[in-house]
Amino acid sequence: MASAPLALSVPEEWSTRVRIRDDARGLQREIECRPEAVKPLCSWVIQTIGYAFAGLIVEEAGEWRLRYAFYSTEAPSAWIYIVAHAPHAQTRFSSITEVIHAADWHEREAEDLFGLVFEGHPRLGDFVLHDDAWQEGLAPMRKNFDGRRPPPLRMPNPDWRPRRIVSAPGAFGMPVGPVYSAVTESAHFLLETVGEDVIRALPRFFYKYRAVEKVAEGRRADDALLLAERINGLTAFAHGLAYAQALETIGGIEVPPRAATLRVFLAELERLRHHVGAIAELCESTALVVATSQAAILEEELLRLSGALTGHRYLFGLATAGGLTRDLPDAEVAAAAVRARDIVKRLDRLERRLVRTSSFLDRLEEVGIVTEAEARAFGLVGPIARASAVSRDLRAIQPYGAYRDYVFEVPREAEGDGYARLRVLFAEARQSLRLMIQALDRLATGPVRSADAAPIAGAALGWTEAPLGAAFHWVRVDEQGRILRYRIIPPSFVNWHAFHLAAEAFAFQDFPIILATFGLSVSENDR
Amino acid sequence: MSQWVLSGLKAKIKTGIKTTRYPARPDRAPGVTPGLPVPRPVRSAHSGEGDAERIANRCPTGALDAREGRVDVDLRRCIHCFRCAREGSESMPWEGSYEWAAAVSPTAKLGHAFASSVHIRVVDAGDCGACLHEVKQLANPYYNLHRLGFFFTPTPRQADILLVVGPGTDQMREALTKTLTAMPTPRRVIAVGACALSGGVFGPSFACSEGIRSIVPVDIEVPGNPPPPLAILHALLVATGRAQSADSASRTRQLDAVERET
Repeated sequence: MASAPLALSVPEEWSTRVRIRDDARGLQREIECRPEAVKPLCSWVIQTIGYAFAGLIVEEAGEWRLRYAFYSTEAPSAWIYIVAHAPHAQTRFSSITEVIHAADWHEREAEDLFGLVFEGHPRLGDFVLHDDAWQEGLAPMRKNFDGRRPPPLRMPNPDWRPRRIVSAPGAFGMPVGPVYSAVTESAHFLLETVGEDVIRALPRFFYKYRAVEKVAEGRRADDALLLAERINGLTAFAHGLAYAQALETIGGIEVPPRAATLRVFLAELERLRHHVGAIAELCESTALVVATSQAAILEEELLRLSGALTGHRYLFGLATAGGLTRDLPDAEVAAAAVRARDIVKRLDRLERRLVRTSSFLDRLEEVGIVTEAEARAFGLVGPIARASAVSRDLRAIQPYGAYRDYVFEVPREAEGDGYARLRVLFAEARQSLRLMIQALDRLATGPVRSADAAPIAGAALGWTEAPLGAAFHWVRVDEQGRILRYRIIPPSFVNWHAFHLAAEAFAFQDFPIILATFGLSVSENDR
Repeated sequence: MSQWVLSGLKAKIKTGIKTTRYPARPDRAPGVTPGLPVPRPVRSAHSGEGDAERIANRCPTGALDAREGRVDVDLRRCIHCFRCAREGSESMPWEGSYEWAAAVSPTAKLGHAFASSVHIRVVDAGDCGACLHEVKQLANPYYNLHRLGFFFTPTPRQADILLVVGPGTDQMREALTKTLTAMPTPRRVIAVGACALSGGVFGPSFACSEGIRSIVPVDIEVPGNPPPPLAILHALLVATGRAQSADSASRTRQLDAVERET
């Protein structure tokens, strides 16, 4: 994961007031500063250096440590962390949302869970902890909060009402969820309208808040891996891998070549299966029954293929720090690749039929648009960003594992509508097959797991390009190998932030289709 | 649009019917189930007694219990991490079954009126996505739950069965209770997946309960993480009295008959 040296210097006016620490391996540059300097430094990293905002990581270690992570979206280059230290008594910080809109939800989350106030933020409160269920002022992520049992005092606010924006004559709100449609994840959307078109879409998440980051604290590092896999069961391997890579960076653990190759194979198998499932759901949202069934058949075949190859249909229990928990026989990997090739061939035929079906395209074209400027401002990731001409793929721009040696394209579309998102899904499925076949050719002999090493205290970021986009896992462990802080920044958390842009100004009946073209996970967002 | 009709018919002629024969015949296709660990006596050449404990200690959720040289499995806690099967020299055998659903209330079975038309409301109470996805797979042509008279319904008012996935998060508590209250009687509740049965890796905590039993009464439990579609189908068949409920005694008998995967 070595990167090119970072050829940048902090602006002169700041150079005496910050402390710069470079990682020995050239992976990252930490710029330590006082809280007041955060906002100008962040805007300098975004606007002058051209980096993208990855997330805010709050740590409570006697003092507050606010770590703002940035990554290069061009050539592979070191990460930049702006780290602000503040005494524990200080709970007010200045918000950076004004200069980096993508930080909006990060600050809201930190306010709800740590009780830190970000001054200048347009709207704080009622985010993770719903005000109609919990009293104000509860800060469950703080170390002195016992997360194992419900707090003794529970005083919800009975006066809580959903926020409304539209106040035109005849305006009304249509609540959708948290239990809605036939088989869906729980989330709430308040659609404001005066009749036909959705004027404002106000999503409300975290009905599924399981406090993964809190319950991970104090657990052994390999037990927290089970949590990483289960923040989104549909992309379990990608999340497990990101977490395992963070531990590997902390411990300096080498991954054997065979495991590195198999990881690429499995990650791409998962992406292929995920995208086929997303396509099936998209067809279902437009009530195209035959296409839904055909895509669902392919998905089930991929699930069975995964199950027969690895023992688990969703690839649980495979990723581990230092490699994989089990080896896969060469012949079975080869047979799986052959079957995957056949499935992709049938997927191509499905695509050809879909693009000739005008009634289907009518529901997708120029519907649910996210412009390139919006995608950049919200820092979108994954297939949704790539459908809006923002090609951020961590496999290409921040290669991890063995991806540096593989040849593949990053599909990109410019329109930003539902149809562009559908085309990106099909194109990425083909690229995944291409990567699987390359992995098959490179399969070396040897072990799939390095020897267990004694735990080393430290912190690191692990990342993968999950099927839904960039997944960042920040892990800090102590010398006994127990978790001190685990911060997960999943792609759905980033992308749901912009969902309202796509849903607004379109008709009610487009809403489920726009939802399906986004294809995001609520579970991953809520954690 | 005719292209879809033609392509659908063509695929059917070319590949035949894909739908499983289950429950008429067992489905042994590879990859339909992740399987579960099997309770077993531990006989060891060397240390004897210690091996059972060593295996049990590898379980991160406490699903394995070592007692008198034997390892028992609490299926409600098993999360398919495979640690008992893959790590160390001694390992637990896994069997590739899927008829896991167990009736846990005396009135788990619905009456005769429900033999061929049952409507199901699914509620996600904090699931990771996998269980919910396996529930959704029941509608694909491989399982086609409609052929057995089961239907998903968007409204609780028409639902006979409440199928709950996820550990029961605090912020879903109210929605889950309200959904159950809105259903007409007679009604039954099926809890799907290790999280719904025991909290899985998440609960209990301040934000999440130790399974959904603390929120709604449960009639049928389906272990697994996630249980495969066939296991969920088995639960629906148990609810309508068309299949035998799994219990530990019959499980052991059944095991002697089926092939064991080690």
